[in-house]
Amino acid sequence: MNTKGVDQSKRQFLTSALTVVGAVGTGYLAVPFLAQMQPSAKAMAAGAPVEVDLSKMEPGQLIRVAWRGKPVWILNRTPEVLETLKTLDNELRDPLSEESIQPESSKNPVRSIKPEVFVAVGLCTHLGCSPTFRPEIAPNDLGDKWKGGFFCPCHGSWFDLAGRVYQGVPAPTNLEIPPYRYITDTQLIIGEAPEEESV
Amino acid sequence: MKRSRITECNDWFLERFPLTKLWNEHMTHYYAPKNFNFWYFFGSLALLVLVNQILTGIFLTMNYKPDAKLAFDSVEYIMRDVNWGWLIRYMHSTGSSAFFIVVYLHMFRGLLYGSFKHPRELVWIFGMLLFVALMAEAFMGYLLPWGQMSYWGAQVIISLFSAIPVIGDDLSLWLRGDYVVSDATLNRFFAFHVIAVPLALVMLVFLHIVALHEVGSNNPDGIEIKESKDPWGHPVDGIPFHPYYTVKDLVGVGVFLLFFATIIFYMPEMGGYFLEHANFIPADPMKTPEHIAPVWYFTPFYAILRAIPDKFAGVIGMGGAIVVLFLLPWLDRSPVKSIRYRGGIYKKALCLFVISFLALGYLGTQPATPTATIVARFFTAIYFGFFLLMPLYTRWEKTKPVPKRLTSVHSIEEQLPALIEEIVHIKHGSSEIGHAAFKGASFTITPNPKGIKNVLGRLVKNIKGSLD
Amino acid sequence: MKNLTALLLLLTLSLGVAASEGVKLQKASIDIANSASLQRGAKHFVTYCLGCHSIKHIRYLRIALDIDVDPKKVLKDIAPEGANIYDQLHSAMNAHDAEKWFGTQPPDLSLIARSRGADWLYSYLKSYYIDPKSPRGVNNLIFEDTAMPNPLWQLQGDQYAEPRKNIWGHEYTNLVTKEVGTLSDGEFEIFVNDLVNFLVYVGEPVQLERQRIGKYVIFFILMLIVLAYLLKKEYWKNIH
Repeated sequence: MNTKGVDQSKRQFLTSALTVVGAVGTGYLAVPFLAQMQPSAKAMAAGAPVEVDLSKMEPGQLIRVAWRGKPVWILNRTPEVLETLKTLDNELRDPLSEESIQPESSKNPVRSIKPEVFVAVGLCTHLGCSPTFRPEIAPNDLGDKWKGGFFCPCHGSWFDLAGRVYQGVPAPTNLEIPPYRYITDTQLIIGEAPEEESV
Repeated sequence: MKRSRITECNDWFLERFPLTKLWNEHMTHYYAPKNFNFWYFFGSLALLVLVNQILTGIFLTMNYKPDAKLAFDSVEYIMRDVNWGWLIRYMHSTGSSAFFIVVYLHMFRGLLYGSFKHPRELVWIFGMLLFVALMAEAFMGYLLPWGQMSYWGAQVIISLFSAIPVIGDDLSLWLRGDYVVSDATLNRFFAFHVIAVPLALVMLVFLHIVALHEVGSNNPDGIEIKESKDPWGHPVDGIPFHPYYTVKDLVGVGVFLLFFATIIFYMPEMGGYFLEHANFIPADPMKTPEHIAPVWYFTPFYAILRAIPDKFAGVIGMGGAIVVLFLLPWLDRSPVKSIRYRGGIYKKALCLFVISFLALGYLGTQPATPTATIVARFFTAIYFGFFLLMPLYTRWEKTKPVPKRLTSVHSIEEQLPALIEEIVHIKHGSSEIGHAAFKGASFTITPNPKGIKNVLGRLVKNIKGSLD
Repeated sequence: MKNLTALLLLLTLSLGVAASEGVKLQKASIDIANSASLQRGAKHFVTYCLGCHSIKHIRYLRIALDIDVDPKKVLKDIAPEGANIYDQLHSAMNAHDAEKWFGTQPPDLSLIARSRGADWLYSYLKSYYIDPKSPRGVNNLIFEDTAMPNPLWQLQGDQYAEPRKNIWGHEYTNLVTKEVGTLSDGEFEIFVNDLVNFLVYVGEPVQLERQRIGKYVIFFILMLIVLAYLLKKEYWKNIH
């Protein structure tokens, strides 16, 4: 092989130029492949905001609706429950929801827009199990300290009836509150933030 | 000297895996003849298309549903609701046609330069097995969209097996898993298309390349470059595959991608040849479309099937059209490989074969009218004549003496400047007006009739010469 | 060689004859970049077709985004009452009734433009005529004994078939309007064209985007070819 007259710097330049262009091309080609694993239009449609009618709810009742395939709880809290919530702050990890996920309108001690109506995503912030609803006070299996709340059977996390996590359990933060707003006094839409927030 | 951590890791790996050895054996120390021409791009392109099919295929299976009730809709779901699903699907559907174009050209190269002849018979056999696996892959993949053409195409092709005496009916029933093509058929075709056949394809590609690298590549002169070596033991007329053919194939890949992208973005249906119109109607077991034709790459064989007026003989004819290709290394008795040194008979025979293959391909897409059937019979005869008479005419014909070393033929790009000079007069004029930068760049071009006549005359003479 | 030429000639001739059979289609003028036409077509479809035919592979939201209309306006102007913007365009008719009334289920039209072609649809919708012999009282030149009654008869008026002969003596059928509809001939042509244009769009909503992206991809590949060619030339200049 004859290496006479080989312009090494030209070779080097062209090789690097081609490598760069090739890498950019591969990068662009990767986009469609990665993006196709994102939720499709069907998943988006299934994840559309959900309307909930509250007019038939009784005090203390919990209803579940699916939003984006996740369970969303709507709990009608009695005045007694709201009283109990005020006494728990010392046992909680994040009583003021500083580190938890919720819309601005629910960032308050009772974690809701209207105190009596509590809305939360029913998935434990530890590893995603759905906690059970245990409104009774001091049942046998949970002991005297239980003041009513949500108990995660997978890994034993405790939440109060405002979805706030107790200290000394595996879950790191309070239950997530989805964006929601009131259309009328007794009608909720889950998945859409209140208008003043979305603007 | 302190060695960096990366070098250490690199050494650790190389001590345990013969990466350098493999790379050298198949790339930098694999000596390929230096006179590869246009026809030698298609091997690497076939590999590129295979990678494309596997990649896009994997992503398509993420949203496709192999269920007779859901399949058609899931394809449309991919085309519309899945992000970029349309692009991935078109890459796959265009890729399947591209695969056959590339493979047909690759096989034609073998016919031109005798690449199937001694000592490359096994390379050819592996290649033919690849072709058969590819046809199976394409056929089963075509059922998956579950459109009318998918359904009735599969129905017709599976019924071919029922032509086999004694076991035929049971065999086709077993293949379908039902009395007609149905959900069970779709589900098993999906399994074959997605895992079984691709595995076979990848393994055969591996064998094809290993066998090729053992005997070395053929070339347009059909000369064994290993017979003349330099003092270091390298073929005099060989150059390392890497970097020379990697950079050359890169140009081929670029040009291929240009065509590929143009089809994907501007004509994905290719006028109903790559995606057939009737396949946009969901499969209906109660209603056959007025005119069913397989996808274009099967039509030559389909035309042979229809040309023969007996069910079993037709199936034999169709299968035989592929089987004769396997026998090619033993049918050809010519002492020379390349068409450059063969006599006129082979050139004419090959020319007729190409015409008959294209004509059969065209006829296979058309309705079987009586005239069309007669024409198809004529071309079927030529198709088989090319192979079956080969032992005779290749022995008779007078061949030209084969040189010891590769001949140098100027490539088109080298000939182009001289050619342009011959056919046009270029008059350089320095215009006084205008910007200084354009001075001297202004010239007038007038055609040169005498030069054009010369060039055309030479072309005709060359064509005539190559036929004798 | 001579035989071959004669054969090829024969071949082309026989195919030429085959192609001239059937009724000649009229040409639709398709421009899916014309969003005003698509908007009208969408409205026509929902008014005249969606009652029986679904286009279940497309959603109102997609239509809104693609034809440049505010989703709320699509819900108000185009979609039927109570539709959700994420809904696919399903027809309200149930399969059982359809079977009873038409003897067959009206097909989904999402892909009709890809299977039949725009010109066929355009010609078909314009080729209904009054035929007392047919059980439905109407027939179609393009699709004989079609199960679909003419949905646009009020707009087009009544057409009658009249056999004619052209100057070479070939017989053909001409359609003549005898009772005028609510639209003039020109208006009706535009109406049908808009509808077909919309169906072409629905057949493959990504068409425009595909062509837009294609330009960049091809430009990029050309760049790649130039660089690869220069590199190849540089490496190969010593190989003779």
